[in-house]
Amino acid sequence: MSQLATNARVVRALGMRSLRQTFRRPQLIAPILIFPTLLLAIQTGGAGGAVDLPGFPPVQSFLQFMLAGAMMQSLMLAGNSGGIALAVDIEMGFTDRLFSAPIPRFAIVLGRLAGTAALGLFSSLWFLAIGLVFGAEIESGVPGALIVIALVTTTAMAVGGIGAAIALRTGKASVAQGLFPLVLVVLFLSSAFFPESLMIEPAKTIAEYNPLSFVVDGIRNPIIAEINASDLLDALLAIAGIVVLGLVLSARALRHRLRVG
Amino acid sequence: MEATASLPEWRSNLAMIAALMARSKNELLRVPGAAIPGVLAPTIFFLGLNGVFGALTQLNGFETGSYESFIVPVSMLQGAGFTGAAAGVNLARDIEAGWVDRLLVSPAPRWVLLTGTVLSASARSLIPASSVFAFALLLGAGWPGIDGLLVLFSMVAAMAAAAACWGSALALRFKSQSAAPLMQAGMMGLILTTTAYAPLALLQPWLQSVAEVNPVTEVIEAARQGFVGGVSWAGTWPGIVALLGMLAILGAWALREMRRTAR
Repeated sequence: MSQLATNARVVRALGMRSLRQTFRRPQLIAPILIFPTLLLAIQTGGAGGAVDLPGFPPVQSFLQFMLAGAMMQSLMLAGNSGGIALAVDIEMGFTDRLFSAPIPRFAIVLGRLAGTAALGLFSSLWFLAIGLVFGAEIESGVPGALIVIALVTTTAMAVGGIGAAIALRTGKASVAQGLFPLVLVVLFLSSAFFPESLMIEPAKTIAEYNPLSFVVDGIRNPIIAEINASDLLDALLAIAGIVVLGLVLSARALRHRLRVG
Repeated sequence: MEATASLPEWRSNLAMIAALMARSKNELLRVPGAAIPGVLAPTIFFLGLNGVFGALTQLNGFETGSYESFIVPVSMLQGAGFTGAAAGVNLARDIEAGWVDRLLVSPAPRWVLLTGTVLSASARSLIPASSVFAFALLLGAGWPGIDGLLVLFSMVAAMAAAAACWGSALALRFKSQSAAPLMQAGMMGLILTTTAYAPLALLQPWLQSVAEVNPVTEVIEAARQGFVGGVSWAGTWPGIVALLGMLAILGAWALREMRRTAR
């Protein structure tokens, strides 16, 4: 069997393990699906009147606007959960066993990221389904839905890279878990839950430059309007930036992990 | 327990409750970092919600022009909910470690064991509440007055006790820390399906219906009084009744689970 096929099998096996691990542990799946769904329902019901504010972008409903925010929250927490699970593997010595196996080191990280990407895919389908069930239309139709799915999946993988880097660097689940509040801060300081122009300072200015705002706007655009190439390009560039950051940090952290054991 | 064996029953019960509270305090003092997420989460929610949804006050029907003032009691109660849920997680950890088994073979009545856990959570909830309150004042939230402050912190402490009963009941039922998301999500759902984000009239119809029957709505309205107007008995007693009701139901459930565990 070619080396490439062998590596693909390793990545697939580790990815499947990561998925099974997440779905078997309520602590890991709850932040990815239950909390964002609960918050989506509550924020839609509680702040739904916001669509009447002057300056709010034209939308069918607040639910339609919020879907992208819920997906973003879910994928960020999927990345964080992936980091926690990897750190647990390091603490339990499972990663050491993988390091001593005749498989490339990058496949170990890639396997975890494949699992996180699959969770991102699942999350995008979950929230699109919720939106459709509760009457939110996808304005740009099937092509728009496919763009949303692709953006959420790749962003989950990109964010998972940063989670993996932190897990590899620290080797401590408690540190990865401690990043949970930080994930919330970064999310609140983006346009995930409200239009940037209507946010209060200093959140408004920070959101303007937060790369996540570009990603979330790219995900939201096909849901609330026709596909906009400029928004899509901005989102792709922001995702590329997160991927590069995740790759660089992961590669350095992996070298560190191999050195310290 | 030998030292308390000769004491009258009520005094030995009090000593047991004090010992359980002291244990909780020691946990906090020995691992102060463990309290940070509990303080950070409601503070971040407060700052985040305020930055994001602050413009909602421009909608007709808002009782105040300051969203900081409107949202601060919600974040403080959310902190109480998190603290109560954390008490449940800690109890589940103690069950997994076998420590609760040892407690259950002691001669202390079950309600005393539960009271120790619940009162500890109640006291601990004042830490995140104070942090959120301080941030709110710095950001320009109105001063609720001494009476408003008393009502607010009393509601927070009692809400944490109710949340601790909820968390303890689940911990005793599932006997595993895996139940943690249920403890947290339950409290989050209960506290936020109220007039948390906006006044009742501005909520979407489905949430309006839920908020009308959710007892925590009365708690939030009572806690919010000082920030959006004056404190009155008419605005306070429904909150007290709601909390007493929740404490009675959730406390009875937790006690039942504890008795079942002991069997």
